Formats: sequence, structure tokens, C-alpha cells
Amino acid sequence: MVAALTLAERQSAIAISALVAMCGLAMAIAGSDDLLGAHGVIVLIFGLGCSALVMSRYFAPEPSEERLTRYYDDPIRVGIILSLGWAVVGMFFGVWVAALLAWPDLTFDAPWASFGRLRPVHTSGVIFGFGGNALIATSFHVLQRTTRARLPDQLSPWFVLLGYNLFCAVAASGYLMGVTQSKEYAEPEWYADIWLVVVWVVYFLIYLRTLQRRKEPHIYVANWYYMAFILVVAVLHIVNNLAVPISFGQAKSYSLFSGVQDAMTQWWYGHNAVAFFLTAGFLGMMYYYLPKRAGRPIFSYRLSIISFWGITFMYMWAGSHHLHYTALPQWVQTLGMTFSVVLLVPSWASAGNALATLNGAWDKVRDDATLRFMMVAAVFYGISTFEGSFMAIRAVNSLSHYTDWTVGHVHAGALGWVAMITFGSLYALVPWMWNVERMYSPRLIEVHFWLALAGTIIYVFAMWNSGIIQGLMWRTYNDSGTLAYSFLDSLVAMHPYYIARTVGGLLFLLGALVACYNVWMTIRSAHARLAAGAGEGDRPVPHGAGAALQPGE
Amino acid sequence: MDHATRDPVTGRMTTGHEWNGIEELDTPIPRVVLFFLVTTTLFAIGYWLLMPAWPLGWTYTKGLLGIDQREVVARQVRDAAAERASWTSRIADASFAEIAADPALMRHVRDTGRTLFSDNCAVCHGTEGKGGPGFPNLAADSWLWGGSPEAIAETIRVGINDTAKETRVSQMMAFGRDGLLQREEVLAVVAYVRSLSGQTLSTPDQARLPAGKEVFDANCVACHGPDGKGLHDLGAPDLTDAHWIYGGDLNAIFNSVQNGRVGHMPSWEGRLSPTEIKLLALYVGTLPGAGR
Repeated sequence: MVAALTLAERQSAIAISALVAMCGLAMAIAGSDDLLGAHGVIVLIFGLGCSALVMSRYFAPEPSEERLTRYYDDPIRVGIILSLGWAVVGMFFGVWVAALLAWPDLTFDAPWASFGRLRPVHTSGVIFGFGGNALIATSFHVLQRTTRARLPDQLSPWFVLLGYNLFCAVAASGYLMGVTQSKEYAEPEWYADIWLVVVWVVYFLIYLRTLQRRKEPHIYVANWYYMAFILVVAVLHIVNNLAVPISFGQAKSYSLFSGVQDAMTQWWYGHNAVAFFLTAGFLGMMYYYLPKRAGRPIFSYRLSIISFWGITFMYMWAGSHHLHYTALPQWVQTLGMTFSVVLLVPSWASAGNALATLNGAWDKVRDDATLRFMMVAAVFYGISTFEGSFMAIRAVNSLSHYTDWTVGHVHAGALGWVAMITFGSLYALVPWMWNVERMYSPRLIEVHFWLALAGTIIYVFAMWNSGIIQGLMWRTYNDSGTLAYSFLDSLVAMHPYYIARTVGGLLFLLGALVACYNVWMTIRSAHARLAAGAGEGDRPVPHGAGAALQPGE
Repeated sequence: MDHATRDPVTGRMTTGHEWNGIEELDTPIPRVVLFFLVTTTLFAIGYWLLMPAWPLGWTYTKGLLGIDQREVVARQVRDAAAERASWTSRIADASFAEIAADPALMRHVRDTGRTLFSDNCAVCHGTEGKGGPGFPNLAADSWLWGGSPEAIAETIRVGINDTAKETRVSQMMAFGRDGLLQREEVLAVVAYVRSLSGQTLSTPDQARLPAGKEVFDANCVACHGPDGKGLHDLGAPDLTDAHWIYGGDLNAIFNSVQNGRVGHMPSWEGRLSPTEIKLLALYVGTLPGAGR
């Protein structure tokens, strides 16, 4: 890790770590009578830990010039491990909050273990911890392979990866202590938000600097999606988190927006977080690992193009469908609904492009659980985007909104699409990264696949049932013209589905644990070989297919 | 310069680009994609024409149908209220006795009262009105402020120890903690109170009974009455029956005498309409065991 840094980079690393540590110290002092102080201590320890790590290997020999002929994969390997670690943490909290809804006593009368604090640990843990780290790791991999260019330097990828994980750690610990700005999926407070902006800008610059030095004339589809993900998430994050802290010594801040403007900004952010974090980023993943694993060309380049521009243009309008029948002016709702309906077409075109790419490789889908993960992910992507457009229609939304149907929809996307494509991609990526032939146990991938699929189906069906029952109970009138059911009646009706949902989530968590074990054993088996190979990344391959030049080259 | 090749599986040409082994086919966009793109776009345009859709500075396009969600909701609420008025107006106008004597009206009371009770009262009193620690049982015919529909309606309206102006006020003093009674006196009166509801007492407690009665007569009768049956005017509970708000065992009663008690019930005036309050007062009386 440190050995791959040049001396100048080691000095910069120590300087940056020391700067982070000083920021932590300043936060700890300024916020000594506030929860900001606790976060200051975490930041301080993180900064000191990083500088100590670099200093301990400061005098190690410098890397040779030869490294520049190879890809730089160290941060990818660490990113994979961090991603799997967060997966277990995030999914464990998910199972916990699911169980909490079925058995409310599981909060143990502890404030930190109340539903409102545990839930964001789950959502941030899986979205930002698991998903975000997987996106960073795979994007570094895909970027280098599809541009035939090494990452621009050795330090900035580490800054992005570790800085991002500091953000995740501050976020999760803050939730448990009660630090939140009460915006769904944007809960972290102002100081964490500012830090993420810094990290994110560096991330985008890595992308631009690598693309600038690319040896391929064209930019591959996957990179369009990764770049859209990074760029738009930056815009969303900055705008939705505009807030005024009550003082520099306190964690609490107040949003710049109020009332319905605040709600609209939040859901413009919230829906585009789904669009650009959970869709665009993972489509980038899919566009590389699926054709690579299947050994098939992408079904249609033209379809890739209209899907990409369709998705990026249409999603931007869709956020207001989260606020149907509210104080939001109706015309805004109309735009949200109609663009959501049109959005179905590029979404299905993407899913169809992925599935049609598998033509000629369906025997591999049958035999190879890794590829099957990606195939099922594309199917769930299709299912959940259809469902999303359907639920965005006002009349449907009047039944589905505020019910578990929404929760089921989100998890069809999160478990079926996001997690499945990630696990599939990681199973493909891990052997490449640790330079072994295959994963430690293909059998365990098979076990994981069926655990994940069963878990997803149980979860989604439970929530569909529960949500629709809930929605119908809330709108049923008796002969007197008053509501036939109380809220408590609907709660009692949901209880069995809450238990089923917990079981589904538990199966999914077990699958993630199996994945961790499998990856761990793969790394161990690779360890001897890796030590011999000194952990070097592979080289950009000379062009295959007769090494003919491409247009424009 | 192009090195596009033919894909043997589909027979399509590739675009000639290649990234680390990944190629792309030059497949044209399937007709079905274009068809749905056009269809959904036409749907969107049609919907924009009919409904409020695009902003125009300070106003917006209202749509040919002239639909406005606020007016729709207001009309639906008005229509539903008008429909219910066939029986709600009679609930509002008739006396409690008249309503109770009308089986058709009482059916509405039971139907609507159940959800009203469950949505507003059950959090403390339980879905069946059986109460819980700190919250009185409404299905026991043991009332703090009286069990007539009029008394219950008033309790719902003003609440107990609430911030509402006319709220019912009631408090039991912390006799032990505030030094009004010595520890031995507390123990004695606790023993005596337990005897009122026929509990079996230990030998030392039996010996305390005469002293306990003396303490009771001097301190408790003002609210709980000479026979311990409570007074509805003051919201003081009956100590002789089997129903206890804070528990009837030695420990619980000791705590009540030692530290006092102040119950709380919110005032529902303004949150529930007078008709709803009336309806709930009647509904509570229909709970099994409520005494009516």
C-alpha cells in the first residue's frame, strides 16, 4: 500500500493526514460540549492513524518506474474488502430494523437502538457503504481497462477511497448518537457533507485525468455511466445539503429551504440518488462485467446511446412523483408523473440491451452463478423500473404511497438489481484482482445466488402483499361512510408480513456472509502467489483482434 | 479505418470498437423501443394538455379539463360529509338517551366509534379499552369522573390535568415524600387500603389496621370518601374494587402514597368534533364490561 507511493506522495499523504487530524482536533475542541466533539475525536484518530501508517513505511524503497506500465489496482482490492464489510454491517442493521417492526421490544429501551437511529445506519450502510465502495472500486478497474491508461497517480485514489469511508463512518456513528439533518438518504450534517464534496471532486478529477490520457479513441459506455454518476451526485449532494450550521461548534444545521421547497429539493435529490447512484453507477458496472463474463459483444451500441441520454435526461424530472397529492403544486406533480412514464422506455431498453447481450451465452448463465447474478440483476432492474413508472402514476400512487409497497419496490431494486449486479461483478473481479484462476468455491457462489434470490423474492412478495393490504384498508369505508379500519387494524394485519420480510432479509444477509467467506478464502489462496508477484497490477494488453487500429487512432 | 467483424451468433456486424475485449454490435434500435418511446411521449403530451402541467412565470398551464387537486379534495370531503349527515346530524341533535334507544343509530356508533377509539384512544387505553399501567380500564365500570355518557363526553372534551382552560384537575399528594406522613403511618394506611379491597394481609399488617384507619380518616376521606369508594367530582378512584390504575399490590400502593400520583389525559376539544366526542362517549359505554 505505502510501498507503491513515491517519496513525494508519502510526504503529501502525511501532510494530508495531518491536516485531517488537525481538522478533527479543531472539531473536538470547538464542539467539546456537543456531539460535534465526538466526531472530532473520530476524525482525529482517523487522521493520526493514516499518518502513522504512512510513517511506519516511510523509508521503504520507492516503487520502480516500471510500475507506470501497469494498472494500479491496490485501492481496488481494499475497496472490494471495504465494500463487503459494509455489506455485512448494513444488512445486519437492515435485518435488525425489520425485526424491530415485527417485535418492537428489540429496541432494548436504548436511545441509540431506536428505529429512527438504526434505520439510517441500514440505508447509508448498504447504499453508501456497500454500494459506494463497490462503485469506487469497480470504477477504478473499469476506467483503467477500458482506457488502457493507469490511474493518474498513486495517492489520489487512496484519498478518495479512505476519505469516502471516513464520511461513511462519521455518518453511521452520528446516526446512533442522534446527529441527523432529517433528510432521507442525506442525513449527515454539514461538516460531513463538506468533506464529501472535497472527496467527490478529487474522484471526478481522477476520472477526467485518466480519460485525458486514454489510449482508446472512444470512451466506453460504462464510463459514460460512471461519469454521470459522479457528476450528478456531486450536484445533488451540494444543492440538497445547502444549510446553515447554528455555530461552528455544533453539529446541528438548518436547511436553506423551507416548507414545500424543501420537500421538493429533498425528493429531487432523493429520486436522483436512486437514478444516478443506484442506477447509473451500477449500469456502468453492468456494461463492463456482464459482456466480459459472458464473452459476448454488447447487443446494440445505438440502444446504449439512447438509453443513456434517455435515462440521464428523464430522471431529472421525476423526483416530484414522491410528493403526489401533497402541498406541492399539481403542475409539478404532472411533470414528475409524465416524465416517469416516458422514463420506462430507456430503462427497459437498458435491461433489454443487457439481456440480449446474453444471446449466445445462455448456457453460461445456466452453469455460471456469477453470470446468473448479473442476468437476474438485469431482470430485477426491468421489474423495478416498470414498477417505479407504474407507481409514479397519480392514481396508482394514491394507493401505494406511504405503504409497504414503496418499501417492497425499493428493495426489488436494491436487493434484486443493485446488490445482485454488485455481487456478480465482485465475483468476476476478485479473481482478476488477486491474480487467481477463479473464486475459491464456485459452489458457494451457487449457494449465495439461491440465498440472495430466495431472500429477495420473500422480501418483495411480503411487502407487496403488506403494502397493498395496507393501502386498501386505509381507503375502505363502512356503511356509515366512515373508515372501516383503524391504523392499528392495518398494523395488526401487517405483522405476519413483517416477520416474512425479516426472514427474507436474513437470507440475504446470510448470502453476503457466504460471499465474504468465499472472497476471504480466495484471497488467502492467492496470498502466496501474490507475495511472489509483489502485488503488481496487470499490464494493458496490446490490442487483440489482429492489433488493427481503431477509427481515429 | 474500420475493423468491424461479423458476430457469428447473431450475424450482425460489430461497430469496430473494442475495449479490453468488449465489442459492440451495430444492431439498429428495435422498432418496439421507438414505438413505446413515441407512445409514452404522446401520452405525456396529451396529459399536459388536459391537466395543470407547465410553469409560465407566475402562473402555469391549467389544462383543458380544468382540474385542480385542491378543489377535488374539498369537493370529496364535502360530499362525504353530506352523505354521512343523514345520521351524524341526528347524533348531534339527539340526547344521549334518545340515541341509546335507537338501534339504527347505535349501529353507526359502534361502527364508527370502534375506529375513532382505535385511532385516538387505544394508544393509552388499549384497543379493547382495558387500559394498562397508569391508564384506567374503561371496560370495568369503575370510573374516575363518572360513567354517564355526559360525564365521559366532558372528560374527553376537557381532558385531565391538561393545559386546556376548563380541564379536570386531580392530584394525589406525595404523602410520604413530602413528609405529610411518617413511614410507619404510610405502611399502616397502605395496609388499611389493601384491606378495603379484601386482600389477604400479613400478621404485622393486620396489626397496623387500627392505626391505618386513623390515618385514612384524617388524610384520605376528603377525596376517596369515608368508605373509600372514591368521589367522581374529584376524580378520586374507588379503592374497594379490584381495579387499579397504578397496581393494587403492596408495592404499588406504597408508591402511590409515598410519591403521589398525577394522571394525564389530553383535551380532545378542537381535535375531535363535538359529534365525534359524543359518539366516543356512547361507544365507550358499549365496551364489554363498561356497565351499559
